[in-house]
Amino acid sequence: MSAGRRGRGTVAAALLVAVLAWVVLYPLLVVAADALRGDVLAIVRSRAEWLALWDSVWIAIASVALAAAIGVPLAFLFERFDFPGRGVLGALMALPAVLPPLVGVIAFLFLYGESGFVARAVMAVFGLREAPWRLQGAGAILLVHAYSMYVYFYLFTRAGLARLDESMLEAAASLGAGRWRTIRRVTLPLLRPVLAGAALLTFMTALASFSAPYLFGGSFRVLTTQIVATKLNGDLPTAMVETLALTVVALAGYAFLRLGEGRGLLVAVGKGTAPRPRRIASAALRRLTAAAGWGLAALLLLPHLTLLLVSLVPDGTWTTQALPPRYTLANFAALVTEAERLRPLLNSLWMAAVATAAAIAAALLAGHLVVRLRARLARPIEWLLTLPWVVPGTVLAIGLATTFGVTRPLAGRFVLVGTALILPLAYFVRSLPLTGRAVLAGYRQLDPALEEAAQSLGAGRWKRLWRVTVPVLRPALAAGGGLAFVTALGDFVTSVLLYTYDTRPISIEILSSLRLEQVGAAAAFGVVLMAVSAAALGVGARVGGAR
Amino acid sequence: MSGGPFLSIQGLGKTYADRPAVADLTLEVGRGEVLALLGPSGSGKTTTLRLLAGFETPDTGRIVVAGEDVTDVRPEARRFGMVFQHYALFPHLDVGANVAFGLALRGDAQARRVAEVLAMVDLAGYERRAVGELSGGQQQRVALARSLAPEPRVLLLDEPLSNLDPSLRERTRKELRRAITRVGITTVFVTHEQEEAFDLGDRVAVLHAGRLEQVGTPDDLYDAPATPFVARFIGRVNVLPGERAGGAPGSVALVRPEALRFTADASAPFAGTVTERRFVGDRAYFVVEAADGTSFEVLAPHGAAAVGDAVRAAVERVLFREQGAR
Repeated sequence: MSAGRRGRGTVAAALLVAVLAWVVLYPLLVVAADALRGDVLAIVRSRAEWLALWDSVWIAIASVALAAAIGVPLAFLFERFDFPGRGVLGALMALPAVLPPLVGVIAFLFLYGESGFVARAVMAVFGLREAPWRLQGAGAILLVHAYSMYVYFYLFTRAGLARLDESMLEAAASLGAGRWRTIRRVTLPLLRPVLAGAALLTFMTALASFSAPYLFGGSFRVLTTQIVATKLNGDLPTAMVETLALTVVALAGYAFLRLGEGRGLLVAVGKGTAPRPRRIASAALRRLTAAAGWGLAALLLLPHLTLLLVSLVPDGTWTTQALPPRYTLANFAALVTEAERLRPLLNSLWMAAVATAAAIAAALLAGHLVVRLRARLARPIEWLLTLPWVVPGTVLAIGLATTFGVTRPLAGRFVLVGTALILPLAYFVRSLPLTGRAVLAGYRQLDPALEEAAQSLGAGRWKRLWRVTVPVLRPALAAGGGLAFVTALGDFVTSVLLYTYDTRPISIEILSSLRLEQVGAAAAFGVVLMAVSAAALGVGARVGGAR
Repeated sequence: MSGGPFLSIQGLGKTYADRPAVADLTLEVGRGEVLALLGPSGSGKTTTLRLLAGFETPDTGRIVVAGEDVTDVRPEARRFGMVFQHYALFPHLDVGANVAFGLALRGDAQARRVAEVLAMVDLAGYERRAVGELSGGQQQRVALARSLAPEPRVLLLDEPLSNLDPSLRERTRKELRRAITRVGITTVFVTHEQEEAFDLGDRVAVLHAGRLEQVGTPDDLYDAPATPFVARFIGRVNVLPGERAGGAPGSVALVRPEALRFTADASAPFAGTVTERRFVGDRAYFVVEAADGTSFEVLAPHGAAAVGDAVRAAVERVLFREQGAR
């Protein structure tokens, strides 16, 4: 590395760190400072606050347990056993992933809510006059979490099992270990890093979860919903303390679970081929497994189908019947023909696109500085890129709202709240870990000789970037960018705290449609988000696999 | 070397974290000459090549090509072609686009040049092939064609054959030599294989611990090593007690196996029992173990002795003498 290039690298790294620190870390510090300036003790002594904290933590832990209990056995079933339809069903099991959080929640509402399909069916069958249950409280939240988060355990465990070396299992067998002993003493310990990784992802997602507690929580409050309620009540000092508490819990949970991940044991020793799936010997059992698989897939697909069905129902035509009597495409037509509906769609599209593009650019710069130049500030850069993932979206939004709600140029604070910039900024911050992680991983696998070869062939910096680096990193860019775009497009958690009427995104429009009982319109938005998510994730996977 | 040096390396030095990778290296390469940088791993040969390409900046010294000081010229402006150890072919471009990457030409002129260079490496018509479907030897030739296409002033090759199957190496080496000779380009290449260095290099520079030990033709290096390291590194050598080979007490004598001769003369200084015989053509290496547990090798006609024979050997020529323990 030449002294000159290294010097320029250091300057660029310092600039990147400064910008990232300004939009990622600084808002958190502003919140912490504001929180500690207020009457912390009074809040710390409040029973309601401790209850919300405790509810957040136990919901997150219970979500991990439920997600693992569903995801891990399913992963073993699909990776180790062969039965009819295994390939298709195995892919269908990941379907909950294409539902953005808010969309999943409203789908559950339409399906299992008091006036949802299942309740109506039960009422019709048993001749009840009222719904036999209410989709509310901790149980409802856990139901949504289990449905949407088992996918992490399922996908991680399958990937881990696929990398497992068959010869290790054979070695255990040759040493006299039976099937259960092998699983307990060999397979599970080897899977520890992936299980810990899935647990970490689930815990952080559940702790940050907002849509499910917001719509189903009722009087049951977790910290994320408590913060929003406190802020709406105008009690800012308390909201600051709550936000700080949630930040601390998130950081502590992250630190604790990262310890459990350990070193990449599986990668270090796994060189052989994974065992082939075993054909289930008994024909009856094989058919039963296939039938159960299809049943489960249908259950998993019900929310998607519900959403689609409701989106086809014209407003006001479905009252007491078990199934809606009429179906049209009017709700979808309204999305593009009615200016009031088109506006949020376009808002979300441009804001998500701008945020994703900026996050990809930042990730590329970070990859170049961290991996290629090994700039002195590599660790702070990586850390700042990870931080928005560790910290719940509610915290990020409160931080941005507080920091950029006043103008103090000397403190680096300007009024952005209420402008068209604040939501793209929030989406950008939330996108950083997604693009950063993908691009850094891609950069680490990128042979530095490729860029050097281009250089020795006379290519300058921009030609190297556009003709070599970006094309070779395309799978990583597509995967990270796709995920970032989908997340921003469906974002609810930061939008609810930062939107203005003119920049209202899809999620806010879904919510107001629900309030106005325009369920068809809400569902139509949901279907659009679901379709875009599926397309973006599918394209990401295909481009990623094409390499 | 004719017409003075074309590429001149003057007092080049590069230190990483207090460890000198290259120290005070001075070398000259004539126009059209092929120079091999030979040395064990960690000898600084790859660093030297990367300094020449411009990927590393030297702490001291200068690099001059055709009278122009290029020490501070960026790699993309240096016009040095480089073939990387693992070729570094762009996986997202086909063969033709890889070769065309460094060309300023566009359109037909570009296509003509690509075809011309591919023909030069015996890959005519391969333009639209994906690089992933080529064999290792073909990939290497595409990498060579790509680096030669923009007509660089100097060609640099990093371990050009190390990535190939042993069975392919000899053939590829011949093809490589033919292509380089055909273009007549000034070439510096790095290798840790003596055979490769001797076969491809007009001259060979032996590097050790970042320093130049000796530069010369393969014959010079073999017959007249300038340092004990070169004597030991090039070819096979026996390390024998100096005083029994006509030297001072406490010194050691470096003697090639072919410079030891079996003899019936009872006064010959080295005696022992043959423990091993390895055939090479009509001759054989005999490993002789002395009573004190030390052993040496003699290259002699294969019938000169048999395993288990007690033999004596005389020294015909000492390659190098040095003071100190063996």
